[in-house]
Amino acid sequence: MSKAVETKRVGASKKAAAPKKKAARQKTGVNRKPISVGAEWTFELIEQYHAEIAAIAEEFNLDTYPNQIELITAEQMLDAYASVGMPIGYSHWSFGKHFIRNEQQYRRGRMGLAYEIVINSNPCIAYLMEENTMMMQALVIAHACFGHNSFFKGNYLFRTWTDADAIIDYLVFAKRYIADCEERYGIEEVENIIDSCHALQNHGVDRYKRPNPVSMREEQRRLKEREAYLQSQVNDLWHRTVPRKAEEADKAKKRPNFPEEPQENILYFVEKNAPLLEPWQREIVRIVRKIGQYFYPQRQTQVMNEGWACFWHYHLLNELYDRGRLTDGFMLEFLQSHTNVVAQPDFDSEYYSGINPYALGYAMMTDIKRICVEPDEEDRKWFPDIAGSNWQETLDFAMRNFKDESFISQYLSPRLIREFKLFSILDDEEQSELEVTSIHNDAGYRHVRQALSNQYNLSMNEPNIQVHNVDIRGDRSLTLRHVPHNNVPLANTADEVLKHLHRLWGFGVRLESVDADGELRTIAECGT
Amino acid sequence: MAQLIDRRPNAKGKSTVNRQRFLRRYKKQIKEAISEQISKRSITDIDKGESVSIPTRDISEPTFRNDRGGVREGVYPGNKEFAQGDRIKRPAGGGQGGGRRASDSGEGEDEFSFEISRDEYLDMLFDDLELPNLQKNQLRKMTRKKTVRAGFTNDGVPTNINIVRSLRSALSRRVAMGAEPRRRLRELEAELQALEDGGGEEARCLELRLEIEELRSRIAKIPFIDTFDLRFNNFVQRPEPTAQAVMFCLMDVSGSMDQETKDIAKRFYILLYLFLKRSYRDVDVVYIRHHTQAKEVDEEEFFYSRETGGTIVSSALELTRDIIRQRYPPGDWNIYAAQASDGDNWNDDSPRCEQILAKELLPQLCYYAYVEITRRDHQGLWEHYSHLLDNYDNFAMQQIREHVDIYPVFREFFRKQAQ
Repeated sequence: MSKAVETKRVGASKKAAAPKKKAARQKTGVNRKPISVGAEWTFELIEQYHAEIAAIAEEFNLDTYPNQIELITAEQMLDAYASVGMPIGYSHWSFGKHFIRNEQQYRRGRMGLAYEIVINSNPCIAYLMEENTMMMQALVIAHACFGHNSFFKGNYLFRTWTDADAIIDYLVFAKRYIADCEERYGIEEVENIIDSCHALQNHGVDRYKRPNPVSMREEQRRLKEREAYLQSQVNDLWHRTVPRKAEEADKAKKRPNFPEEPQENILYFVEKNAPLLEPWQREIVRIVRKIGQYFYPQRQTQVMNEGWACFWHYHLLNELYDRGRLTDGFMLEFLQSHTNVVAQPDFDSEYYSGINPYALGYAMMTDIKRICVEPDEEDRKWFPDIAGSNWQETLDFAMRNFKDESFISQYLSPRLIREFKLFSILDDEEQSELEVTSIHNDAGYRHVRQALSNQYNLSMNEPNIQVHNVDIRGDRSLTLRHVPHNNVPLANTADEVLKHLHRLWGFGVRLESVDADGELRTIAECGT
Repeated sequence: MAQLIDRRPNAKGKSTVNRQRFLRRYKKQIKEAISEQISKRSITDIDKGESVSIPTRDISEPTFRNDRGGVREGVYPGNKEFAQGDRIKRPAGGGQGGGRRASDSGEGEDEFSFEISRDEYLDMLFDDLELPNLQKNQLRKMTRKKTVRAGFTNDGVPTNINIVRSLRSALSRRVAMGAEPRRRLRELEAELQALEDGGGEEARCLELRLEIEELRSRIAKIPFIDTFDLRFNNFVQRPEPTAQAVMFCLMDVSGSMDQETKDIAKRFYILLYLFLKRSYRDVDVVYIRHHTQAKEVDEEEFFYSRETGGTIVSSALELTRDIIRQRYPPGDWNIYAAQASDGDNWNDDSPRCEQILAKELLPQLCYYAYVEITRRDHQGLWEHYSHLLDNYDNFAMQQIREHVDIYPVFREFFRKQAQ
C-alpha cells in the first residue's frame, strides 16, 4: 500500500524541468486526437485511458500484475486508511481509533486524502476516488497501476517477502479466523491478544531469514496440523525442563543457553515457545506477525517505490501527450499536480516535514536516466558503470535489486546533493550545540550520502531488541536485551510494551540494556 | 485487461465495527467526558451528538521506540548559510532543524477528541438505556377534535361543492343520455343520404328529415349540468391527540442543594424531555426554581445560579398553577411536571403542598413526578406527598440516591402508565 500523490503537499517550488520541455514540444505541432476533453470521468474513459497507458507501458517493458481498478467514495477511502489500506482487515478497536482520527482531521480540512491507494496483490488492486477529475484518474492509473504495480512485481524485497497471489486470501482467512475466535472466546480475550501482538508487530519481522510464501489453501491445510504440532513442541520443551533427578539437573547445567542464538523476531519466538498460549492464541500471534511481515518491504522501499511510480507516471503521460492523445489543458493540470507532489520544501520552510520521499525518489530516478543518457565528467567519475548505458535497463536493474538505504548509497549523485542543498547535522546529547558535519561540496558528498542512506536504514532507526535468554530451568522468565545504537535511549513506552509481552509469555519478562560502559542494566521488568 | 469495479454503492461504513469496538473499549473515559460536559448542555438540546475528548495516553498503542537523545545524524534539504564544521545552537522545543515535527504518533496532541452521534451520546449518558422501549409506553394524552376530509357526498351545502367532481359526473350523464338518440340520428342520416343519392321517394325523405330534426333538438335539450350531478366535499370530525406538551421543571435551589444534586436532576429532566419528545411534536419547557419564593427563570439560571435560604415548596406549586392558568389551558396542552428536591421543606408548608397538588394541580396534569434526590432518609415532604399516591394515578414519587438510580427510577415512574 502506498498513499501516493497527497494533496497536503502544497507550497510548490517547481523543481521539475517539465514546463520548459513542454513548451518546446508545442512548437512541433502534433496532430491532436485527445482521448477526452473536460474534467468529468466515465467508466468508458477510464478503460480507454488504461488501455492506452498500458500499451505505452508495454513499449517501455514495464512488467505488471493485471490491474483491478476500484472506484470508491471519500468515506471508503477513510475506511481504507484505517485498515492500513487493506480491503479486508480483521476488526480491532485501534483501526476504529485511526478511522475516527482521520475522519476528524478530514472533516476539519486539516488533511487531504490520498488520491489513490494501491495494494500489492495479484491482480493489483488500485482504489480511485470518485472526486478525482479525469486527469487525476489517468495520473493515478499511470502512477499506481503501472508504477507501483511494476515495482511490487519486480523489486526483490517484495518478491521475497510477500506473496501477491495469496495476500487477499490470507486476509480473508485472518478475518474469519479472528471473528471465529471472538465468537468462541469473547471479544475481550481476542482483543487483548491482538493488542499485545500489535505492540510487538515491529519486532515480528525477520530481517535476515527468508520465508516461504504459502497460499491460502495450504495455510488452512496446515492450520490444524500446526496447532497440534506446536502445542506438542511447546510441551516438550517445558517437560524436559522439569528436573527429576540430581544427575539430570547436573546435565541441565551444561545445557546451552536457550535460545542458543539471540532472536530478533520476538513475535515468532513467542509464537513458537510461549508456554501458556492456547493454540488459537498462537494462531493470532502468527496472523499479526504475518501481516507485519507483509508490510515490512513497504517501509523499506518508500523512496524507491514512490520515485519509481512518479517517474513512470511522468513519462507515460508525457509520451501520451507527445502522441497527441492528451489536451494541453490536461497537461497543465497534470504538471501542476506533479510539481506539487515532487516538491521538497526547505528545512526551514513551514511546510517542511522531513525529506519528501516522492521528491527524492523522483529526482533520483530521473537523475539515473540523465546519467545514462547525457552523462557529464562528474558522472563518468562517480558512476563509471552506468554512465552512457541503456537507461531503461539501468533503471530496471536499480528498481529490482535495491531498497532505500542501498539505493541511496549507490545512486545519489553529487549533482542531486547540490540541487537539494543537502547537509548533515550531528546531534550529540552531550554537546550543547549541533554540528554541521557536511554540506553539498566535494568534501561532503560521500558523507551526506552515507548519512542519508543511514536515515533510511530501518534497523538503525528502530531499537535493537532481541530475545536473549529464557530461564527454562528456573522461573521461566524471558529476558530481552536492548543494544543501544549511538547511545540513543529507549522511549518510556517500553514498560507498557513489556506488560503486553508478559501477557503473551505468561511468566516474568525483563528488558536489559547495555549501557555506554558495556554494563548490563535491567531497565524494565514485568511480572518477575 | 484491467478490471473496473464500482465499489461506491456498497461497503459503506466498513469501519463501523471498528468504531464501535473503540467506543466500547473506552466507554469509561467517554462517559467521564460526557459527565463533565453535561453541565454545558441544554436540556432541550438532544438532537445532536457530542464532541468528546479523552486523554491520548489512555488510548496510545505502545511500541518499542527510540527516544530523543544519544548521538544522531540527520540530513536536511535546503542549506543556505551553513558550512562544514559550523556549530548551531540547539533549537528550542527539542526539535532538530527548522520545522521538524515530532514524528512519533501519539506525541504532540494531549487530547484525542472526536464526535459521537446522538444515540451514542444518550446511550452513554443513561448507561445502556434502551431508548426504543420508551416508545412503547403511551401516556395519557389530551385529545381534541379535528376536521378531516372524508371523500365526497351527493348532498351538502353550496360552499362545499366540488367543481371537478360535479362536472365530471355531468359529462358522463350527458354522454349516457345522448347515446341512444345519437345512434338513431346516425342511422337516419345514413338512410336519408342513401335515398337522396338514389333519388328515392320524396315522402320518405321528408319523414326522415322531420325525425332527424326532432332527434337533434332532443340532444340539444340534455342539460349541461343538473342537480343530480352535484358532488360535495365531505368532512368529518375526528378526535386527535394534541401534539403539544408543556413540561414544568420545578427545583429547589435553596442552600442545601449542591451542584451534584442539580446535575442528577438535570439528567432526570433530560430523560423526561426525551420521553415527551417521542410522543409530542412540540414540547415547551418551563423552569421554576424556588427557595422561599418561586420564580420562572431560563435554563442557565435554573441550574447554575446559587441561592441560599429556606425552602417553601408551595410557592413553586402556586406559580405552576398560575402559569398553567395564564398560558397553558389544559384543554390544549398536555401538561407534565417534575419536581426535584433534596426533600427539605419548611415543616408547616408540606400539608399545604399536598393540598395544592390534590385540589388544583393533579386534576389538570397528565403526570406529576416527584424525585427526592438525597442519600438521607425521607424528609417531611415525602410523607405528605405519599398520601396522594393512592388517590391519584398520575402522581408518582421516587427517591434517587446516585447517578445510576436515575434510569431505573425513571422506568419505575412510567411503568404504571405503560400497563
